[in-house]
Amino acid sequence: MILRIDNLVKHYGAVRAVDGLSLEIGEGEVLGLVGESGSGKSTVGKCVLRLTEPTAGTIELNGRDITHLSRRAMRPLRRDVHMVFQDPYSSLNPRFTIERIIGEPLLRHKVADRRETSRRVAEMLEKVGLRQEMRSRFPHELSGGQRQRVGLARALILEPKLVVADEPVSALDVSVQASVLNLITDLQRDMGFSCLFITHDLSVVEFLADRIAVMYLGKLVESGPTKEIFARPRHPYTQALLSAAPVADPVRQRQRRRIVLGGDVPSPVDPPAGCRFHTRCPLAYDECRTVEPALKDPRGNGHPAACHLVTADRVPDAAATR
Amino acid sequence: MTDTLAVPLRRARMWRRFRRRPMPMTGLVLVIGFILLALVGPLVTGDPAAQDYLATLAPPSAAHPMGTDDLGRDAFARIAHGAQVSLQAGVLSTALAMAVGIPIGLVAGFYRRWLDPIVMRLVDVTLAFPFLVFAVGLAAIIGPSLKGVVLALGFSQLPAVIRITRGEVLAIREMDYVAAAVADGAGDGHIIFRYVLPNCASPLIVQATVAIPAAIIGEATLSFLGLGVQPPTPSWGVMLTTAQQYLGDAPWLAIWPGVMIALATLGFNLLGDGLRDVLDPRSGP
Repeated sequence: MILRIDNLVKHYGAVRAVDGLSLEIGEGEVLGLVGESGSGKSTVGKCVLRLTEPTAGTIELNGRDITHLSRRAMRPLRRDVHMVFQDPYSSLNPRFTIERIIGEPLLRHKVADRRETSRRVAEMLEKVGLRQEMRSRFPHELSGGQRQRVGLARALILEPKLVVADEPVSALDVSVQASVLNLITDLQRDMGFSCLFITHDLSVVEFLADRIAVMYLGKLVESGPTKEIFARPRHPYTQALLSAAPVADPVRQRQRRRIVLGGDVPSPVDPPAGCRFHTRCPLAYDECRTVEPALKDPRGNGHPAACHLVTADRVPDAAATR
Repeated sequence: MTDTLAVPLRRARMWRRFRRRPMPMTGLVLVIGFILLALVGPLVTGDPAAQDYLATLAPPSAAHPMGTDDLGRDAFARIAHGAQVSLQAGVLSTALAMAVGIPIGLVAGFYRRWLDPIVMRLVDVTLAFPFLVFAVGLAAIIGPSLKGVVLALGFSQLPAVIRITRGEVLAIREMDYVAAAVADGAGDGHIIFRYVLPNCASPLIVQATVAIPAAIIGEATLSFLGLGVQPPTPSWGVMLTTAQQYLGDAPWLAIWPGVMIALATLGFNLLGDGLRDVLDPRSGP
């Protein structure tokens, strides 16, 4: 396992951003972590990079517990993990040239001198599809898509084992999104890094992720292989998310059953008792309001869901109530 | 973005933007004139203490372009030497405030913890006093001299510099590029000097152009009150003190230093406004 998160908790004061989350990522595996804004998915990414201190739980990187490592002890381990940020406009230092930005990880870890750095930056520029003359530019001279490519080059130049990608395409135009997604897919196949891909948009990870984990209000509600999740979603929330994504086939698009969730995501300061989704779930009954469902995998096929209605021979159908 | 926008062109474009506006250019010309007067003036005017008893309180003439004072000293020579005092008081006190205030603001804003609230409450307390009242108090304690003026004005400016730096640091430390630097494996020192400090430079440069004229007025005020530069050293404030006794007979003695203070201050303020517009990328093309 490259990454193992066990019972991770992160509270910001009264806000329970992440409230007991466990997940694993194997070597070369891409895990899509999906959830609405406020579900705590970005916080998970920040905890993995130790950019924020977890309140409780453990994070193991490459078999080593990094949860309580000091900044100094953490530094050498940073060669193995890097991050791609959501906002291409605030993730690059405006005072550095593109060459400097991409080369920084090499210089910080003292793995290459200036000349070697320059050579490897040239290599990375080519890999992420940027022209060589970009190296002397400053971030504000680049478009959003170009900046995200720079962010990708910076994250990959040390050939890390794990890349945390926090909504790397959600700030981009749709046409640019596709090209950056394709680039990430190609680079992942080429370099073989594991990836924690955080997104609010299931369709973004459909062709990229090997497995998908769905978060709601700081907790995992379902996880499983991507094909399984798309074909047989078990949790009513996942079913609702999937029904919201448009289908490319107009005939099927017209026939598909939409599940429209009422209301907003409840506040993570005071999450609902019982199942956290019961306030918006069309299938909720008495037990859901009092007893919190555990993540269980009744069919034992690596596809657990946290819902009272999921049993070995029955899967809830949120669309059936409409 | 077009392909031709290389790095040196960015500065060129900022200069073009600056040059096209009349106000900042006026400011720049005034500031350059002031600096030239302070540097070159004393070399060409001769001794500001030389007395001519045959021409006391003389009106402006060919021999004395700005007239003479009660002791027959050439007002132009004294204005030129006074410019030197003003420039020193303005630049040195601001440099002092920046040299001390920026590190304090950086550390307080970056590390927060126990240091930040202590520093900020101290800053709040000192900011409660008007700038000049604070400077007058300090100058009275330190003692009247140019050194005293620079120290008093420098420390009076300190709270503003700390406050601006800290505010910028608080905003910048939340930027993703700082998080990226941590992920790159960068240490605190590297992050502070390569990421945080360069990105809070613009407001500090603008602050300097506000602080220098304030210090020039401050020096004049302190000297006027007798808490600053002491006679016979010429200073615009000292000249004003003398001039008020002869306001009816020799009004030019008050007019020249007054006009000089106004022009120097105006110059720095206009320059500062222009720099703010050019350095802020959100302002127009």
